[in-house]
Amino acid sequence: MAFDEMYREVILDHYKNPRGHGVIEGADAEADGQNPLCGDEVSIYVQFGADNETIEDVKFRGRGCAISQAATSMLTEMVTGRKATAIAEMPRDELLEEVGIPLSPVRLKCALLGLGVLKVALHRAKGTPLPEEWAGMDELKLT
Amino acid sequence: MAVTSARQLDAAALRAQFPIFEQAGGARRLAYLDSSNSSQKPRAVLDAMQTFYETSYANVHRGVYELADRAAAAFEDSREKVRAFVNAGSQREIIYTRNATEALNLVAYAWGLENLGPGDVALVTELEHHSNFVPWQLIAERTGATFAAIPIEGGNHELDLSKLDEIAKRGQIKVLAVGLVNNSLGVVNPVSELAAWAHEQGAICVVDACQAAPHRPIDVQTLGADFVAFTGHKMLGPTGIGVLWGRQELLQSMQPFNVGGGQIRHVSLEKTTWNDLPHKFEAGTPPIVEAIGLGAAIDYLNEVGLESIEDHEVEITEYALGRLGEIFGLTIFGPPLERRGGIISFDLDGVHPHDVAQILGNEGVAVRAGHHCTQPLMKRLGVAATTRASFYLYTLPEEIDRLVDGLHRAKKVFA
Ligand SMILES: Cc1ncc(COP(=O)(O)O)c(C=O)c1O
Repeated sequence: MAFDEMYREVILDHYKNPRGHGVIEGADAEADGQNPLCGDEVSIYVQFGADNETIEDVKFRGRGCAISQAATSMLTEMVTGRKATAIAEMPRDELLEEVGIPLSPVRLKCALLGLGVLKVALHRAKGTPLPEEWAGMDELKLT
Repeated sequence: MAVTSARQLDAAALRAQFPIFEQAGGARRLAYLDSSNSSQKPRAVLDAMQTFYETSYANVHRGVYELADRAAAAFEDSREKVRAFVNAGSQREIIYTRNATEALNLVAYAWGLENLGPGDVALVTELEHHSNFVPWQLIAERTGATFAAIPIEGGNHELDLSKLDEIAKRGQIKVLAVGLVNNSLGVVNPVSELAAWAHEQGAICVVDACQAAPHRPIDVQTLGADFVAFTGHKMLGPTGIGVLWGRQELLQSMQPFNVGGGQIRHVSLEKTTWNDLPHKFEAGTPPIVEAIGLGAAIDYLNEVGLESIEDHEVEITEYALGRLGEIFGLTIFGPPLERRGGIISFDLDGVHPHDVAQILGNEGVAVRAGHHCTQPLMKRLGVAATTRASFYLYTLPEEIDRLVDGLHRAKKVFA
């Protein structure tokens, strides 16, 4: 893979200027997650709108590689204004298409960390289903 | 590290004996700086295994036909090579396992479960690999013993031995588990000193020699430890085989860890008795061909000479420390050259280790990025991960140059 492809401008831009970076105090939904392979961490906070269903605001905090942080940044843009149930069902390819770079299996875990944490947050707050591939994250606790 | 008069090895010539380096030429040819993770294999090892399969293969210690005898003899020959390699007093003290992790679990379960209890302390260090850390944490939890770790000091990330007296007040120290050379930063621990201290406390000392056995001579009779574990795949051998050396009296006093075929003397409905050492601890069909491969790896290491290997790694490490030191924004963890194995972990300001390793990987430079199975240590360093380059007998200075070039490239991408 050509390396300019991997670290294309949009990835670096999201990494250096992450959208939705921060914490929501008293968030309606939140969760932490860790990539056990490298110890990278992401915490996600969600605020619902008046219907108590639509994601009005979403913020994240974390430390990790450019791929994990940029993908989570992109994710916050993608999910704002959408319903919790829709995000619970959101296929991972929707995010991966947005990220738009070829990823090895190891780096795939980086790119999907934020989406997994978001699904866990919604699952905990709204009881939305948590497909098996994400279930392990629900048991993780950050120390 | 001792200055020896060992003959200088020719890394480029040795490298030609490793088929993996024959692949893919050009700018992307492999710069392999991940040997502390797992080493590459010389043709001699691969050939020995292939030849054994083709000419001498049968299960061991079971058949009475000639082929089975030959297989068993070769298997036990390999054990003799391992015995001589670490200067153990007897072949009965050399136990084959699946890897070092299994060897360390064997001690924790077979010795620890019987000998630890409330009021006792299982002591590890903050520099331990998870494989020499978690088994003791688990066994302490199960037996009600206290679990503690010798901390590191801030400067060079070496063990802070001034804390030992304080730790000794926490209970009866029963076991000290410590690595000879730490895998993530390359710290060389004063193991003989620590083993003597452990013995004064009435404790046994379990040594993880995974990062030492491939690189420097080990003499278990002078080291002072009670158990020493290492793994085949990091020392030019195949995966699937590890070694536990233990003092005979201790091994004799222990119950087996795994039980079943091959490790029994007599089984009846009423009672089962155990086979002699080392077979008592080798339940099931052992890694036969892997043992042949490990034997061939030891022959190879002996031929090159461990002193020569150590000298070469000191030279490469010194060169790498110098070159990496030139990079602005790069922080090297760990001790000075004199107390460091052929391992360098570092942080490149503003670039996550995953991204560093990816960019290096795209240039054909293989390094490891992550916590290196030492999460407590990473927490102590205040990082989630580091980038690690590690060296072996086939490492060339030009591989270090390519590492440095790649790091400049990474800096540029993330500038
Ligand atoms: C210091 C140390 N201990 C233990 C191990 C575990 O070795 P293995 O995975 O072969 O059991 C390693 C290898 O990663 C290591 O570097």
